[in-house]
Amino acid sequence: MNRLVVGAHYGLKDWLAQRITGVIMAVYTLLMFAAVLGGAAASREAWQAFMGNGFIRFISFLFIVSLCYHAWVGVRDIWMDYMNSAAVRVTLHVLTLLALVGYAGWAVQIIWRL
Amino acid sequence: MTNANRTVQFKIYRYDPDQDAKPYMQDISVELESTDRKLLDAMVKLKAQDDSISFRRSCREGVCGSDAMNINGKNGLACLTAMESFPEGKPIVLRPLPGLPVIRDLIVDMTQFFKQYNSIKPYLINNDPPPERERLQSPEDREELNGLYECILCACCTTSCPSFWWNPDKFVGPAGLLAAYRFIADTRDQATAERLDDLEDPYRLFRCHTIMNCVDVCPKGLNPTKAIGKIKEMMVRRAV
Repeated sequence: MNRLVVGAHYGLKDWLAQRITGVIMAVYTLLMFAAVLGGAAASREAWQAFMGNGFIRFISFLFIVSLCYHAWVGVRDIWMDYMNSAAVRVTLHVLTLLALVGYAGWAVQIIWRL
Repeated sequence: MTNANRTVQFKIYRYDPDQDAKPYMQDISVELESTDRKLLDAMVKLKAQDDSISFRRSCREGVCGSDAMNINGKNGLACLTAMESFPEGKPIVLRPLPGLPVIRDLIVDMTQFFKQYNSIKPYLINNDPPPERERLQSPEDREELNGLYECILCACCTTSCPSFWWNPDKFVGPAGLLAAYRFIADTRDQATAERLDDLEDPYRLFRCHTIMNCVDVCPKGLNPTKAIGKIKEMMVRRAV
């Protein structure tokens, strides 16, 4: 069973999602820079109020989801390039997914606690 | 530039699997005349001096694509590379195209490259009965094929692509994808959907991460990255 197999008929969605999530992260990063320069992090109270704002929570959540999806596609591509054994690859894919889902949950918990 | 005779230093990758345990770099110099304007002219002189040096060449004018090699670290055609373009006093380093098995010296085994090229079905697919004379296109439709049909399959682009080095058996590579778009863009072709289906694969198309090494080296000035972008754009248009 060493025949080469290609033709999984996926890839477009991930490619497109990586672009869209990239834009979301870039816009969020610029917004955060602007906010910090504008004094949002001047004191602990100011920062807490800023991060507790409904809109900021909303876009921070979008940022975290975007980051995880973006990282998933990128890290999976690295495993696909460097790991030749399908068994090792599946294991690494699953571990990556679990780690990213865990991180996302943890980050959401932190933001929503504010 | 002076036109007087001059001596040029070379460092050439040598490997004869029948004799050498491993490849080595040979230092060799050659005296050139004012008529030796291109790198290929100099290499023909080199070959006259040491006939064991092996390389492919044929048309000597950038049409056949035989003499693609790695010149001072960058892929190109020896016949299109002007001797004037090299800095004086430094040896010219010649190596075979990277990423393909070496048969001997500067000659590489192109099997994998052509396998990928053939995998995209590089011919017109049209099941209508052929017309008496020819299948016509409007000038605008024909315009779309410019920058695509000129590819000479020299493999400079594909062998400068790290994604091809990593996955030569699965990633089609820039030359193959340029050819794929040449037929996807052709209004006379009827297999557009099948061609797009075939390329929608994390390896075959989406290993391209748009680093544009291919554009940088193409001796014909073509832009495989743009063609790949257009394939992706067509896939998006078809999906939304």
